[in-house]
Amino acid sequence: MIGVVSYLVFFTTVAAILGIAVMGLNLQWGNTGLFNGGVVASFGAGAYATLMLGGPPQDGHVGGFGLVYPLALAGGMLAAGILAWIVGKLTLRLRHDYLAIATFGVAVAFENVMRNATTITGGAQGIRGFERPLRAMLGDGFTYNVVFLVGVLVTLVLVYVFLERLTVSPFGRMLRAIREDETAARSLGKAPDRIRLISFVTGSVIIGLAGGLYGTFYAFVSPQDVLPILTFQIWAMLIVGGAGNTKGALAGAFIIWGAWTFSGWALSRFAPIEAQLYTGSIQFVLIGLVIVGMLLWRPQGLFPERLVVSQPGQNREKTQAEGFT
Amino acid sequence: MAEAILSLAEISRSFGDFKAVDNVALEIETGSITGLIGPNGAGKSTLFNVVAGELTPTSGSIELFGKDVTRLHPDQRFALGLGRTFQIPRPFKRMSVLENVMLAPTGQTGETLWGAVFARGRIQTQEQRIRKKALEVLDFLTLRHLADQPAGKISGGQMKLLELARVLMGDPKLILLDEPAAGVNPVLTETLIEKIEELNRGGKTFLIIEHDMDFVMRHCDPVVAMAEGKIVFKGTSSEAQTNPVLLDAYLGAPVDA
Repeated sequence: MIGVVSYLVFFTTVAAILGIAVMGLNLQWGNTGLFNGGVVASFGAGAYATLMLGGPPQDGHVGGFGLVYPLALAGGMLAAGILAWIVGKLTLRLRHDYLAIATFGVAVAFENVMRNATTITGGAQGIRGFERPLRAMLGDGFTYNVVFLVGVLVTLVLVYVFLERLTVSPFGRMLRAIREDETAARSLGKAPDRIRLISFVTGSVIIGLAGGLYGTFYAFVSPQDVLPILTFQIWAMLIVGGAGNTKGALAGAFIIWGAWTFSGWALSRFAPIEAQLYTGSIQFVLIGLVIVGMLLWRPQGLFPERLVVSQPGQNREKTQAEGFT
Repeated sequence: MAEAILSLAEISRSFGDFKAVDNVALEIETGSITGLIGPNGAGKSTLFNVVAGELTPTSGSIELFGKDVTRLHPDQRFALGLGRTFQIPRPFKRMSVLENVMLAPTGQTGETLWGAVFARGRIQTQEQRIRKKALEVLDFLTLRHLADQPAGKISGGQMKLLELARVLMGDPKLILLDEPAAGVNPVLTETLIEKIEELNRGGKTFLIIEHDMDFVMRHCDPVVAMAEGKIVFKGTSSEAQTNPVLLDAYLGAPVDA
């Protein structure tokens, strides 16, 4: 029994961390229409920077500043934000698929830099030896994991409230207008370039926060954690959940992460031995099928975006916006 | 002649070798409803986009409200008091009609990231004011009953009215309308004309591209005609109907007004 509970705690922690990342992507894609194909670069920047700033000094590579944890995590967010600002300045003039290709390229470059800049990032070995916060007090066992889960959930709620407030505010209205029609928004006094950049950076900072928590949870990050598959997983979560709907983004994270882990378990248990060698590849295929299937049959996701009339503090008028294209 | 609200000096705009607008000089008088006519491809819409700031002129300068705006972006020109609509309406489709309209006022507190999340009290007061004004504008343009509808689901004519509603939220002094009557049913066109004239009496200046000659001759004065990127005529509507150049270049035959 304790095994099951322990596993649920583990599962929920990872799902919640990914949920935070999906909410960040939802701000970019769901609300603003920015096709970020390099989610994993922000995630990785957050993870690497958090561990480098908060970890102990090590022989052989730079970093290990031993900062107190909140500062390290904030540093991870800052790193993701700075990277996004630079990438955004360079690429946000591009639209749709071009932006996706450019950001995807950045993410691949990021992975390669992490893999090869050994003196800074530990290369293929990654960054080890990170001391998780409060470990001295809570140890390494079940208690620690439960406390960590609570911390992640609190963070998730804070991010959720932040984004929900943003969505119903005039700022959210502006993001949606730019998503719908940039030229028209510009003709009505809005400055799309600036607003797209703010949205991109803010979303990336949130994704970086998720990356920082992820690195903390495993006390380890390596180039294997910043492979393109993570970008696709996070996208699948958003598409399944429903782009433009923060609740949907969260639901998608839990559903897809559940399906992912379940399929891994089921394959290892029931698939013929020969097929088990290809478990990872089969999972890739499955996630691809899920994305394509959703886009074909339910492009608005399980929880479609709702029409929002901005009225902070008042009863929000919401009507189902299902079936829009 | 009344003071010019907009003056264009030697404006040209080329696309590659093609001169869409060729050395245009034009002054729009404050308080007028100026009609801009011309055959397809005459450069009217290009000129509109240059005035609105969506396109930069290849050469020449634009003065708006006595200020050189040649280098300003469209959003900056809107903030100064220039509103425009589009030939093919561009509503924010997956937003409600009300939200479309509430978007437009510039300088809202809640338009900054910080303000949106932390200055909620101030936003609420501001939103109530904007909402009230938006509903008034929708009322004025007979769209109020559609306030909660997604803007992508209303008719093409209603979209044209919606575009005007959005523009009005910015309290513009000069409004550019690109073919407001095209594809709009006659009843809505009448409504639109009525509203344009009412707004005009309230002090707003209009520059209107329109193919419906009846519309132009009855409601626009002066009338400006373009052909092949150049201005070929400017005068009153009665002059326009008897001008041989115009009859030749565009109208083809005398018009019954």
